[in-house]
Amino acid sequence: MARWVERARVVNAGDGWHEHPTQALLDCFTVRQVLAERKGAAPEELGIACFEGLRVLIVGDVRHSRVARSQVLAYSALGARVTLASPGSLLPPSLEGWPVEVAADFDEALNDADVVSLLRLQAERGSGSFVPSLREYTAGWGLTARRVARLRDDAIVTHPGPMVRGVEIASDVADLPRTVVTQQVANGVAVRMAILFLLLGGELPGVAEVPAVA
Amino acid sequence: MHEQEVTLVVRGGSVVGPDGLTRADVAVGGGRVVGLADSIDPPKGATVLDAGGCLVGPGLVDLHTHLRQPGREEAETIETGARAAALGGYTAVVAMPNTEPPIDSAGVVREILDLADGCAAEVAVSGAITLGRAGRALAPMGELAALGVTLFTDDGAGVQDGALMRRALDYAKGLGVTLAQHCEDSCLADGGAMHEGEWSSRLGIPGMPAAAEEAMVARDIALVRLTGAPVHFLHLSTAGSVDLVRLAKAEGLAVTAEAAPHHMLLTHAQVAGYDPVFKVNPPLRTDEDVAAVVAGLCDGTIDAVATDHAPHAPEAKDVPFDQAPPGMLGLQTALPIAWEVLSPRLGPERVFALMSAQPAAIARLTATDPRPSGHSAQGGPVERGAAANLCVFDPAATTLVEPGRLASRSRNTPYAGRTFQGAVRHTVLRGEPVVIDAVAQR
Repeated sequence: MARWVERARVVNAGDGWHEHPTQALLDCFTVRQVLAERKGAAPEELGIACFEGLRVLIVGDVRHSRVARSQVLAYSALGARVTLASPGSLLPPSLEGWPVEVAADFDEALNDADVVSLLRLQAERGSGSFVPSLREYTAGWGLTARRVARLRDDAIVTHPGPMVRGVEIASDVADLPRTVVTQQVANGVAVRMAILFLLLGGELPGVAEVPAVA
Repeated sequence: MHEQEVTLVVRGGSVVGPDGLTRADVAVGGGRVVGLADSIDPPKGATVLDAGGCLVGPGLVDLHTHLRQPGREEAETIETGARAAALGGYTAVVAMPNTEPPIDSAGVVREILDLADGCAAEVAVSGAITLGRAGRALAPMGELAALGVTLFTDDGAGVQDGALMRRALDYAKGLGVTLAQHCEDSCLADGGAMHEGEWSSRLGIPGMPAAAEEAMVARDIALVRLTGAPVHFLHLSTAGSVDLVRLAKAEGLAVTAEAAPHHMLLTHAQVAGYDPVFKVNPPLRTDEDVAAVVAGLCDGTIDAVATDHAPHAPEAKDVPFDQAPPGMLGLQTALPIAWEVLSPRLGPERVFALMSAQPAAIARLTATDPRPSGHSAQGGPVERGAAANLCVFDPAATTLVEPGRLASRSRNTPYAGRTFQGAVRHTVLRGEPVVIDAVAQR
């Protein structure tokens, strides 16, 4: 779109199955915030080094998810290792060019994940028919209390919301301290304010001016 | 019998025959070629078309043109589509039946034939296989065949029901017609808006897999084997489809196939900018598919280049990618593209055969086929006594594609701003120059 509008700055606020870059930015922001808090450091002190080698496991309906597409790009650009875990019918038909691995076994993959990013099963996009039933989906791919037990103590669980409790995430798992959904929501406001501020011409010390699209 | 008066002389060109080029002037009179010679002095009053350095071939025949009339006159009319055809070197086009109403009754066939009278290219009418192209009951094929309809297709969709397709093939036997299939299993295609693969996955656009096309190609090959009736495969776009047709031909089955210029040139990577001008059905596919389509044209697996000229008005086409109708203009760019892609590998006689003699044979428009009144034999060869349908092509010139200057009512060309080698210079229809120096005369 930016190609057709002169001197415009276009923010993608989420389009179709394609991308949702502000969500990916706020997810990364939140993960860094949590890591910094644990170290007693300010997030900006960590820079992007805290993402180097971080194991991010994206779980669920990647096929229809604009969030997943942006997360894959954002996390891998920051140096994280991204793994997808999904029933075959909910993976994109091709992963050529994607800097990701696909987990052979979801439960195994949980063992060494640093960040588990859950995705909503998008029933409104017809995802329902891509799996036999929600019950079977939850049994195979839901983050249940039993599966959470596999996670390392410091593993973080994210979800772009809205969550479907009892489907991709068990209700009590959604309320664990490691599940940072409310922090994501709060950061969503801040990150999007920052994006608008910068794109509207605001200046921050140490932040280069955002180039206008020619 | 007295000598026919010469009214037109095409001077200085090389005539494209079935076996190669012959330097010759072409004299035309009474709608026919009356003489071929090294040098012909035009009689007083005759029109002279300069063809220095040009190829003088038989007028091109397009097996696959959407003229949109009746029903979508804001996108194209028979008059404007025929003009675009003439400017592209075509002297005949086959009008596809997905009009509104569709071409499934004698009345619509007659209306189109009436509207086409006096246009810049002959319009052969194809009919729907099923009533309303709905895929449920047979259209009156016999009644339409009696009006000169020789090609039947539900194009825009394939006939999904295998038993109905089989019945149509059985019924068509003895009518002297060919059934043509838009190969797409609609369940497998499942609302896809582009080729399913690397780019659809990256862009988040629902895809249709190559298997959706190949499954129906395979089914129809089995039905040709079962019924013995011929099937023409429209716009093949995948390597797998080309392989299937190659095997069917090796088996001796009565199958023919066409490919569209955009499937010889463009790939799904073009969709990266979400520009709906690149949305087409079958969709633009991979580099490997493009190479397979070109290889199929070169080795004879694919018999014809067909445009799938599909005009859409800007208000319909300039919408979000998944909402836009599929289709792109093709008539005025087909020969330069075919020339650019194929002439490094095929002689000019083969390029013209793919665009004239072979499609004319598939649509049964040749000198040996019965033609409706007012229509002439198509597909050449350019020889004494033949109908004077000519395409004069200058391989040294170039074609710059400027959407605003195309003859079509629509602007949805995927080649805006591109330049191709070679340009159509003149077109002669039944002895009348309908295009002179790239300017339409009708």
